[in-house]
Amino acid sequence: MIRSNYGFETSVTDDGLLCVYLYGEIDHHGAVGLREDLDKLIMRERPRRLVLNLSRIEFMDSAGLGLLMGRGRLMRELGGVTVLAAPNPRVMKILHLAGMERFFEIEDAPKGERI
Amino acid sequence: MREDRSKRDNCMRLCLPALSENEGVARAAVAAFCSLCDPTVTELADIKCAVSEAVTNCIVHAYRETSGDIYITVRLLREGGVRISIRDRGCGIEDVGRALEPLFTTDAGGERSGMGFTVMENFMDRLAVYSRPGRGTLVVLTKHVGREG
Repeated sequence: MIRSNYGFETSVTDDGLLCVYLYGEIDHHGAVGLREDLDKLIMRERPRRLVLNLSRIEFMDSAGLGLLMGRGRLMRELGGVTVLAAPNPRVMKILHLAGMERFFEIEDAPKGERI
Repeated sequence: MREDRSKRDNCMRLCLPALSENEGVARAAVAAFCSLCDPTVTELADIKCAVSEAVTNCIVHAYRETSGDIYITVRLLREGGVRISIRDRGCGIEDVGRALEPLFTTDAGGERSGMGFTVMENFMDRLAVYSRPGRGTLVVLTKHVGREG
């Protein structure tokens, strides 16, 4: 069995906020499993606001961009919004290259949120 | 006559099966070899990302429905920097110009960003793509690296 190269932790609030703290590497290999995991989580929780915390992502390429765009699309279909939180400089570089600011709110981690 | 080692370019050649679990292997191997040039952290991250894109293209597009190998060569340039070639014997690209357009993707499912070549072009100093349908594709990435004096 090939070990996965990513992981995540979650927190959910009563007012519909789902925070997903991603870590590891998001490449094409990891995106397959991560997509399934995130979609199950989103469909189960039906959040109004999904915050993807990217501070612990060690590597992300354009497969990661596709993953984020797909999750953003799913959330929009469900009437919710997606926020990309606390991207480190390397992740921010590729987000900026793709113009992801046009599709997502990108912010530092809100106060009180762990990084 | 003994070979003059100072005149020999340093070069790494790697052949990996086109399996997605080897994307990280390719990144790590190329990064380790490129470290000989003393790149900055940012330069090394850029190289890893560009290599990841090229290798992923081989897996996702070149050998879409088949299996095959990916041939990676990393050459350290005398003037400082690296030249990385990633070659496959897959299906080839019909229209390279179109494939290089940002956001162009053949994915109907909406899960691919179409940014692979754009990342390569922006994170490296030079990108060259050679392809023949049915014969395969060669991607050559060049980056001048090293700390300023």
